Amino acid sequence: MSYLRSSFRHPHAQKNKLGYTQANYEGALSTLCAGCGHDSISNSIINACFELSLEPHKIAKMSGIGCSSKTPAYFLSNSHGFNSVHGRMPSVTTGANMGNRDLTYIGVSGDGDTASIGMGQFMHLVRRNLNMVYIVMNNGVYGLTKGQDSATADLGSASKKGVPNMYEPMDLCELAISLGSGYVARSFSGDKDQLVPLIKGAIKHNGFALIDCISPCVTFNNNPQSTKSYEWVRDHKEATGKFDLVPEAAEIQVQNPNELTESIQLHDGTTLNLHRQPDSLDITCRESVLSALEEAKQNQQVLTGLLHLNTNSKDTHDIINTSSKPLNQMSESELCPGSDILESINASLR
Amino acid sequence: MKPTDIKNPEYFHKVVDCQYACPAHTPVPEYIRLIAAGRYDDAYMINWESNVFPGILGRVCDRPCEPACRRGRVEEEPVAICRLKRVAADNKSEIKDRLPEIAPKNGKKIALVGAGPASLTVARDLAPLGYEIELFDEQDIGGGFMRSQIPSFRLPIEVLEEEVNYILDMGVAAHFKHYVDSLKSLVDNQEYDAIFVGSGAPNGRDLANLPGRKEGDANIDLGINWLDSVAFGHTKSIGKKVIVLGGGNTAMDCCRTSKRLGGDDVRVVVRSPKATMKASPWEIEDAENEDIPIYENHVPHEFVVENGKLVGMKFEKVRAEYDENGKRSLVPTGEDLVYMECDHVLIAIGQDNAFPWIERDIGIEFGKWDMPVVDEVTFQSTNERVFFGGDAAFGPSNIITAVAHGHQAAVSIHQFCSGNSVTKRLDPQVNLVSQKMGFHEWTYDNEIDHDKRHLVPHVDKEIALKNLKLEVEKGFDQELGYQEAMRCLNCDVQTVFTDNLCIECDACTDICPTNCINFIDNGEEDDLRGRLLEPADDRSQDLYVSGELKTNRVMVKDENVCLHCGLCAERCPTAAWDMQKFTYSVTKAGTECA
Repeated sequence: MSYLRSSFRHPHAQKNKLGYTQANYEGALSTLCAGCGHDSISNSIINACFELSLEPHKIAKMSGIGCSSKTPAYFLSNSHGFNSVHGRMPSVTTGANMGNRDLTYIGVSGDGDTASIGMGQFMHLVRRNLNMVYIVMNNGVYGLTKGQDSATADLGSASKKGVPNMYEPMDLCELAISLGSGYVARSFSGDKDQLVPLIKGAIKHNGFALIDCISPCVTFNNNPQSTKSYEWVRDHKEATGKFDLVPEAAEIQVQNPNELTESIQLHDGTTLNLHRQPDSLDITCRESVLSALEEAKQNQQVLTGLLHLNTNSKDTHDIINTSSKPLNQMSESELCPGSDILESINASLR
Repeated sequence: MKPTDIKNPEYFHKVVDCQYACPAHTPVPEYIRLIAAGRYDDAYMINWESNVFPGILGRVCDRPCEPACRRGRVEEEPVAICRLKRVAADNKSEIKDRLPEIAPKNGKKIALVGAGPASLTVARDLAPLGYEIELFDEQDIGGGFMRSQIPSFRLPIEVLEEEVNYILDMGVAAHFKHYVDSLKSLVDNQEYDAIFVGSGAPNGRDLANLPGRKEGDANIDLGINWLDSVAFGHTKSIGKKVIVLGGGNTAMDCCRTSKRLGGDDVRVVVRSPKATMKASPWEIEDAENEDIPIYENHVPHEFVVENGKLVGMKFEKVRAEYDENGKRSLVPTGEDLVYMECDHVLIAIGQDNAFPWIERDIGIEFGKWDMPVVDEVTFQSTNERVFFGGDAAFGPSNIITAVAHGHQAAVSIHQFCSGNSVTKRLDPQVNLVSQKMGFHEWTYDNEIDHDKRHLVPHVDKEIALKNLKLEVEKGFDQELGYQEAMRCLNCDVQTVFTDNLCIECDACTDICPTNCINFIDNGEEDDLRGRLLEPADDRSQDLYVSGELKTNRVMVKDENVCLHCGLCAERCPTAAWDMQKFTYSVTKAGTECA
């Protein structure tokens, strides 16, 4: 068995604007099951950060507990990271973001870590619109405890054990849209062409960005009766449209004359071009997205792609009006201005 | 692109770059693994079967395998394949009991002209089949140019003798000191069922028309003749100042030998730029390490003779210019002639074939350059009983090429003597076997060594230069040999893809250290090469294309820098990837049609 991956890389590996190759964004060798969708998502994160030329030391990868939450070991080994308590990644990330708002926060979580034990934290995180990327590696089972149905398993879907799930599933995207998230997407680990741009868009978005990524569990939930298997998802997925970020993609994208292209300005000045069919979903409208999601569900379809975008949403810092200078960069005198100031604040409240 | 036909033996053969580049197609990775396992006898025998002279070639092979080695594309330098071969030869035990049994005589008799590598290979293949072999050579001992041209500080006489004798001891009737001066006499002798000519390219080129050549003749020698005379002990010294003309391996041997016979100021002078010298880079390096300077772009102008004695040479300085077709011309720079003093000049500017002993009326047609017309596959001449091989067939080349010729000529001779058509030849013997032993376990060690190429230890220069017979290279010891062997990427363990098992989970793409594996929409080759994760610019390396997958895409793997680490197969949940060992052996004489 190979516990080691050769350190040789392609001798002519492509470099990004920083002069880094993809190898600078890699992590340790995965210990997940062979064929696990999570590994593809890890690699998509590597690709997205490489292509955006992010500086690895300006990224923090956050996670909770579960197969999914192990993955930060397998990407971005030159970045910061915090592997927190089960379901508590939202609060730890909130604290980190309050302390240093200048980092890019990439949180990874699973359907258990988010939709079961972490549900309370998750919903409040969305409400507060913390500026972060939140990726759910959603496989519909508790893989680490040998394959029990999770809260996102579809009604009637059966895992390897063969017993159909009796309960209604939670739809994390619908939840996030109704709680006001400005960037909500659904994707599939087996479709990097869609997933990598979605992660890049999420990193560029200011505010909370959710990517609910279906990620088949090859060991417990990749059988034909499962709605989270490679085959089922491939056969039933419908995309809302495609998009690309203008600085990177200008030269490759071929314009389809039957498609509408909308250019949307993101917070940091990047333009996001959305390509969609004329009669397709207007993803800037919450109501139509929610009904489209319901409709797709009734038609046994998985609606993927960018589901909702609102670039006017205010993130936590804007809402509570914090300092633009990160707290961790302030001096002691700025953080503790002294008893006179405290006195005057107290006086103003009397 | 159409799906790759991996059933064609040549596809995977080409992936094993070293074996593919070797004229004799020696299974290099296989014997390197055996060396790593300490199974030197087995490693030696694999070589012996294929290239007949492992100990010799482990020292003096031209090593076409090494420039081809994939390791050289992945990092700086290839595996030291040649020197590993020597490790097997140096460390083997007695192997005589493994040599082929000699079948009862089959009543056929073959004459071999020349006792060099080509003839000896023919003998090695045919003697065990029961052929009676008569070998003729003008020297008093076997080995041909391997003995007379290669100085013993590169190839010790014991090593040569051992491997030549393995063959002569197969009951070959050797007639040494017997110069064949008439091929007709052999052809007319109906006792011989076939005749093989492996007489090499024995004529050194001269500069007959250069002024002063005749007058200075006493101190001017042709390189190969001089080396010959040194090898047989006739020449034991040389002047203090020696000029060696020429940039090939013979020139390198001449200059290094001169240093050992008393040459103080030994220099090599070449017409062309140093970068285009024909000598192998390592031989140039060895000469330079012995403080022998190389003067480039100097064209011989005249030998300077005073009072009937050679005192120096004049050269015209040139520069190389290339026309639009890449054809080179050496243009004089117009500078003054360069004068170099010398006591002796060795001319090593190339060799030619010479067949004054072949009559032109015995059915052997001669073509361009006055060379016999020889079939490139069967090595048969226009006289169906006469076969050629080695340098005698198509001009000067190297030992390993001569061996490859010998094997093929032996196949032809056997076919011919059995009354079969010589053009009827068997395909190579190939096999493809899974190396899976269990969950994530392979029969080969895929954890390679990431070190740089190890240097072969040399004898101290002071000592080496004093002794003509002392081998300069000490060779790898077992420990270094093991480390170097572990640098091999095991390119013969192939990545085999079964498209209908693939679920397109991307695990292989994600794990591949060199981004070789792609799942993309199919297209024409040029288009595909440009769209891969890492553009596949090296067109000499094939793309492995699968049949259409469920998403209408195809798997495309660029073979170029695949590490054969097996991680794709380890990460594959459905065993769509498997690591399978590919064996390819050139079919030798005596293998019957199934």
